Amino acid sequence: MKEFAGWALDTAKAQGASYADVRVVNLRQRYLSTKNGQPAQVRESESMGVGVRVVAEGGWGFAATDDLSRASIDRVAGYAVEIARASATVKKRGVRLATQPKVIDRWEAPCRIDPFSIPVSTVLELMLDVDRELRRVKGVTLAEVCMDFRRIEQLFLSTAGSEIAQVKTQTGAGFVATSFAEGEIQRRSYPNSFGGQYQTRGYELVGELDLLAHAPRIAEEAVALHKADQCPTGVKDIILEGSQVALQVHESIGHPIELDRVLGTEANFAGMSFLTLEKLGSLKYASDIVNVVADATPAHGPGLGTFAYDDEGVPAQSTPIIKDGLFVGYLTSRETAAAIRQARSGGAMRAEGWNRIPLIRMTNVSLLPGAGKLADLIADTDDGIYMETNRSWSIDDRRYNFQFGTEIGWEIRAGKKTRMLKNPSYGGMTTEFWNSCDAICGPEHWTLWGVPNCGKGQPMQTMGTGHGASPARFRKVQVGVAYAGN
Amino acid sequence: MTLSRQQAEQIFDRVLKYSTAEETEVMVSSSAFALTRFANNAIHQNVSEESTTLSVRVVTDGRMARASTNKLDEGSIREICEGVLALARLQPPDPELLRMPGPQTYRAVDRFVSETAELSPATRAATVASVIKRAEKSRLTAAGIFSSGGSAYGLFNSRGLAAFHEETLAEFSVTMLGREGSGWAKKTSPYWPELEPEELAERAAQKALHSKKPQDISPGKYTVILEPAAVLDLLFFLVLDFSGLAVHEQRSCLTGRVGEKVFGDNISLRDDVFHPSQMGAPFDGEGIPRQRVTIVEHGVARNLVYSRQTAHKMGTQPTGHGFPLPNEIGEAPLNIVMAGGRSSLDDMVKSTPKGLLVTRFWYIREVDPYRKILTGMTRDGTFWIEDGKARHGVKNLRFNQSVIEMLRQVEMLGQPQRTAGEESFEMVVPAMKIREFNFSSLTKY
Repeated sequence: MKEFAGWALDTAKAQGASYADVRVVNLRQRYLSTKNGQPAQVRESESMGVGVRVVAEGGWGFAATDDLSRASIDRVAGYAVEIARASATVKKRGVRLATQPKVIDRWEAPCRIDPFSIPVSTVLELMLDVDRELRRVKGVTLAEVCMDFRRIEQLFLSTAGSEIAQVKTQTGAGFVATSFAEGEIQRRSYPNSFGGQYQTRGYELVGELDLLAHAPRIAEEAVALHKADQCPTGVKDIILEGSQVALQVHESIGHPIELDRVLGTEANFAGMSFLTLEKLGSLKYASDIVNVVADATPAHGPGLGTFAYDDEGVPAQSTPIIKDGLFVGYLTSRETAAAIRQARSGGAMRAEGWNRIPLIRMTNVSLLPGAGKLADLIADTDDGIYMETNRSWSIDDRRYNFQFGTEIGWEIRAGKKTRMLKNPSYGGMTTEFWNSCDAICGPEHWTLWGVPNCGKGQPMQTMGTGHGASPARFRKVQVGVAYAGN
Repeated sequence: MTLSRQQAEQIFDRVLKYSTAEETEVMVSSSAFALTRFANNAIHQNVSEESTTLSVRVVTDGRMARASTNKLDEGSIREICEGVLALARLQPPDPELLRMPGPQTYRAVDRFVSETAELSPATRAATVASVIKRAEKSRLTAAGIFSSGGSAYGLFNSRGLAAFHEETLAEFSVTMLGREGSGWAKKTSPYWPELEPEELAERAAQKALHSKKPQDISPGKYTVILEPAAVLDLLFFLVLDFSGLAVHEQRSCLTGRVGEKVFGDNISLRDDVFHPSQMGAPFDGEGIPRQRVTIVEHGVARNLVYSRQTAHKMGTQPTGHGFPLPNEIGEAPLNIVMAGGRSSLDDMVKSTPKGLLVTRFWYIREVDPYRKILTGMTRDGTFWIEDGKARHGVKNLRFNQSVIEMLRQVEMLGQPQRTAGEESFEMVVPAMKIREFNFSSLTKY
């Protein structure tokens, strides 16, 4: 890898780049899925290539190839400089980057059990056992189980002299029971919807999830939802289960704090942010009990946003985002940090692969735990709804008006979880909602959830992000909004 | 440069040399793509990439697996052939798995334009400069992309099937931002000059200027006029359900509805890869020729599309809409052409006493999979219509609306046109005037 990266760096410099960095990435993936008693997908893939990012004449250029011959790498590095020169013809000012001292390091994410070492037949056997448990429940019309393993090896070299090698192993697993009856489709997922749980670790995650043990309950709930009452429409207190809190953090805190959105560079696609610069340090984002960090450090846990260095070679950091309810930090890059006169980048630049340029992406944007048990929180609620597992999510292009649906809910009456509710939904405005948060459960409920499918950028990049969260209560929230009027 | 047919065939031959599977399928895809991105009236990203991927599928003893790599040296090709066969053998057999198809005949389509494949970063930059000049003339801020590139895709199998397709695609998308309002326009084409970036910039600028000082309106049910891009992104969620496998597995909103009158009389949809405004290969992921299929005829859900595997399962014929195997989805119609009418947008606005004109939607998600209730926001140009005129911009609104119900309430249709959005694949769709479209809340920014 070092040889390829070195060629690219040398050529970029020789062609006139004032700054260049090169990433050589090798991604190996194994994806397995089953559906109604049969393997649905059994596939492996490997992709290796080099991406060269340069500044020339004050403009950005990037070129990538998977042809790793010397001639190809030289051509691509030269092309990156040509592209940068074209960018420079349509600039307001030259690229300025926050300083970053050179780093020479190697880091490998902890991985106790290599998922690629587990025989495919063993994994499929477990998946088909789960499938069987799901379909034992009468009324389940579709059982789906999936597992996803990735190993990402990356070498980063820059003209500043940095040389950083990183290896990450990621594992994802989950299942869904679908029930169609009487003109209605209901689904239940475990441990989360849209692929399950994902973390930067090995096959040990699969063991801890204990998929088989949860299959009967999830299947029964999917079927029972048909007979459940519709979620009422009105204003209620709600308690959100941890994975839904994690997605709420992702959409209504994680995205608006991306400084590139604030500064307008996502205006055509992902959108901008209501968190304009004057709000830093002054906006009461949330109630006093809310504390949020963007923490990429391994000490935070094995999230999908955990690394030792970002894709600009900046060390992983823990950045306070909301402190006692006050908005105090953005996710930044070297360029955006310089634009708001911060001395250094917060280290949030991440690229989907060798063929994509790094963008500001969430690392692990986590809601820190509060205190107390979920059971006590429910006991403390007179009239509310407990909602579990995301079903739909949508938020406006400034990240302010949001609406979420969950797979299942239960009414809370006089401190007790009572009747099951189907099609739960709630909506609101970001800061009003977070200021209505009056309870966050304790560390015993806190999980570092993975969102494997966050989309941003043009061309679109899909990124995995991490979000620590525990169940939380929000007062006087509009519920049942998704079905009102339909 | 993307691979030629001959180069793709050579890779197939190299795979066959090493593959000992009963049946072997090779998919070779290559692309060369570049994208210039601008915001704040300057270019801030400018990227290019080239890649070639080899994907091998094998069938052996009723078992199937796929492996892909972009390493094309002799050792890697041998390794992938051995690896994919081992992967297949680790599975239980699938009694319903079909043998691979034999040779097929395809109707030719011509979708490769060398001017687009060879477009330089300097030309893209100069075009962006002219769009920024238009923005600055009205004190607006422009953001967007100008991309161009080519792709080639070859599919070969050991039973003699050989298919190859190449095409180019250029895309220009522009958002014009004023102090409060904004406007957006976008176009895609295999031939980049057809994008007419300056015309798109003018359209987006006019919307931004017209939508300044957007006003609040109360949520509720309104007559709406949806521009084609807004129609496109809603239809995306519906047309994917016209999959035979989705109906078979009872996860489609068409379950129990095929053959029934589901939509209004004025709604007809077909899938037609050969339409001159469409794109894509004339064959599917298994190499079956794509057929024209009418999926909705005067409101009746007439037909579904089928991959070969699904057709076998359901006792019917494949239509050439399958995804590469193995997959969970089965198939989908990806070349939608909707029948339209003769009304212009102006006609629709003039005939509306009170209503809303919507440029595009954003962040659309499915709320209810069977009733097909979708939620999302309006974006970049939403206008209040009164007494037949678009009077002023309004703040963005959230909708929760069943698309099935919506397509029963269409009052006027425009001329269908090739339409590109930010959330769907391209389709040929018209503008629509719809009564009682359900908006549930307003945003504050």
